[in-house]
Amino acid sequence: MLDQTQIERLEAEPVNSAKMRQPLYAARKKIFPKRASGRFRQFKWLVMAITLGIYYLTPWLRWDRGPYAPDQAVLVDLANRRFYFFFIEIWPQEFYYVAGLLVMAGVGLFLLTSTVGRAWCGYACPQTVWVDLFLVVERAIEGDRNARMKLDAGPWTIRKLGLRTAKHLIWLVIAIATGGAWIFYFADAPTLLGEVITGAAASIAYITIGVLTATTYTFGGLMREQICTYMCPWPRIQAAMLDESSLTVTYNDWRGEPRSRHAKKAQVAGLPTGDCVDCNACVAVCPMGIDIRDGQQLECITCALCIDACDGVMDKLGRERGLISYATLTDYNANMALATAQGTLPIRPSLIRTGDGEFSDKVAHFHLRKIFRPRTFAYMGLWSMLGLALLYSLLTRDRLEVNVLHDRNPQFVTLSDGAIRNGYTVKLLNMIPEPRTIVVRLEGLEGAEMSLVGSELPAGRSFAIPVEPDRLKTLKIFVRLPVARIQGATQTFRFVAEDKASFESNQYTATFNAPESSK
Amino acid sequence: MSDQHIDEVSGVSTTGHEWDGIRELNNPLPRWWVITFYITIVWAIGYTVAYPAWPMLTSATKGVLGYSSRNEVKNELAAADAAKDKYVAAVQSKSVSEILADDSLREFAIAAGGAAFKVNCTQCHGSGATGSKGFPNLNDDDWLWGGKPDQIQQTITHGIRFSSDSDTRASEMPAFAEVLSAEQIAQVSTFVASLSGTVDNAALIAPGAKVFADNCAACHGDTAKGNREVGAPNLTDAIWLYGSGEAAIAAQIRAPRNGVMPAWGPRLGETKVEELAVYIHSLGGGE
Repeated sequence: MLDQTQIERLEAEPVNSAKMRQPLYAARKKIFPKRASGRFRQFKWLVMAITLGIYYLTPWLRWDRGPYAPDQAVLVDLANRRFYFFFIEIWPQEFYYVAGLLVMAGVGLFLLTSTVGRAWCGYACPQTVWVDLFLVVERAIEGDRNARMKLDAGPWTIRKLGLRTAKHLIWLVIAIATGGAWIFYFADAPTLLGEVITGAAASIAYITIGVLTATTYTFGGLMREQICTYMCPWPRIQAAMLDESSLTVTYNDWRGEPRSRHAKKAQVAGLPTGDCVDCNACVAVCPMGIDIRDGQQLECITCALCIDACDGVMDKLGRERGLISYATLTDYNANMALATAQGTLPIRPSLIRTGDGEFSDKVAHFHLRKIFRPRTFAYMGLWSMLGLALLYSLLTRDRLEVNVLHDRNPQFVTLSDGAIRNGYTVKLLNMIPEPRTIVVRLEGLEGAEMSLVGSELPAGRSFAIPVEPDRLKTLKIFVRLPVARIQGATQTFRFVAEDKASFESNQYTATFNAPESSK
Repeated sequence: MSDQHIDEVSGVSTTGHEWDGIRELNNPLPRWWVITFYITIVWAIGYTVAYPAWPMLTSATKGVLGYSSRNEVKNELAAADAAKDKYVAAVQSKSVSEILADDSLREFAIAAGGAAFKVNCTQCHGSGATGSKGFPNLNDDDWLWGGKPDQIQQTITHGIRFSSDSDTRASEMPAFAEVLSAEQIAQVSTFVASLSGTVDNAALIAPGAKVFADNCAACHGDTAKGNREVGAPNLTDAIWLYGSGEAAIAAQIRAPRNGVMPAWGPRLGETKVEELAVYIHSLGGGE
């Protein structure tokens, strides 16, 4: 166990904290986050590996759909207007699935924020993940915080030039790989990779790579925390999503204050001392350049690295972890009231501890139960209902559709024998990647017969039409009704499309028009 | 110049400009903004050199790249024409029947013919080709001069009773007001009306049939089914160019109207006429 004086005090300034705030046109003060280690850092490495893995590898997954559809597991085929996601194939008119997923993502974010705070920002947001990745490179080349600060302040030597060049080159490579991975979602990945390398790919592919390379490099390498603080709307929205039962990264000043760098002297002098030794470790690791001890603030993305840093110091000092911790406002307020005797005194560490230095029983600790409350259940219910509705609709959706467009000019034609003819544009949608023979027949409108334009088939009430896999087939159909069968100016009937092999069928109710005078 | 004046209140240096004791703070624009601004100036100068820009007395500078929006349109039209070339050539080399038998060629000809129809034919035949009184409906299965592909093509090319085309289809129904008595006209019009419907005065049918046989059967045929050789309409069907019923029929017998259609061959060219023929044949009545 270390004595407090042995804890290195870091010269770290929270450049973005409220009291340091400078005019918006002033140059940005650079942040040199120190490497943190601990539980949350471990977890962030894991999340980073998973999210980057998903992003880079997904386009390369294969999924066999037979000979008539691409075998890429996730593919947005803009040219053919199809979206493939493993076993799901979506046509443009089924885009509501994507919209539904986005709504689910939105509600999911509400749920996440109301329970564990800005966890999305701190762990999974691409901005956070890529900045983390860029920082790994920066640390590997230029060293940790102090080395980087020294290098940055120093003159432009050959060494500095070399290090900086290497860093930016690697950043650029990552940026190009990021932009490069994106395009593979829109075309067959192996083919496109070959085309991109040989220069044969479409110009939009190179433009996309260029734009995303520029944004990745700028956002991840140069702008970093400014994206979150100035550009992203989510911090503002989240302020409204949090409530007193949401977990946020909290500096527990009820046990930390009065902070002291010279606790021994203070104790000798009979002054109360808190657990915070003012070592600035939490400030040094912060990628946002703030001091969590100032309380909740807009800039904080709750990456929890300050928790790791502080826990490390507390371990060395032999004190309880959690001076900075995930805590709810309710718990914090309860403990604060305890430490200040309901606000009547300045913070008095003795009030929260028993005589032998342990926490008093009255200190509130976090319990998982606290984040389950009506609000989270409501979000969860809404989220699950959306999911179930989408799933139900997905499982019961049509893969064979028929759409009919009645000719508007002319609405009907009188033939020489007095019969009335109506024209229809019938569209058959074969929405599976297999060729099918679709039987189109008339239902209702007794006595009517249809003929197919451009076909040798004799007029009848039913046609077998071969339809290409995953394609729409447009038919021009004339329906002819003998004069004796006409029953008024409009009669309704149905076009039924049926796959005799799978018994899948669908129908469209159409109208048959005749002149008022014909009956 | 080195004696910078610092504003006491804000702590910001001033530009050195002073008006009645008021000094301008020197808060420079962000560097990235200034750099971007200069880049846009350089870009704009380059742009005006490369593209048509500077107005002169009679026109504007042409720009070293030689760009012109008119050329752009011309090139796009040429590209569109080039894209159609394959089909146009096929249409030229094939007969209307052959085009109808070829799925993709038929689709092309229907689209092209439909466009030509909208421009040239709708004035008389209507946008839906349904015609009107005196102008035949092209959707139905009743044809004055024949509904086979080559017959339609012939009609469009040379027109009907179009005197300046020597190959035009021509015939003229005489005015029977001079030939037949009013009673005979009433009789024969009743007879003709009875062929496709019911009439009020059935007593006139029998004498009307005799008048018909004597005067009308020569062109309209013994059974009144018409004769496409001379464009004589079928009088037994439900389709009437100048109106149905005894009165309308009697009017046509007394003083017939004989419609005229211009010859479109010389004006549109053979390819367009072929496309039009395919379009009309596909409207539903083609034979």
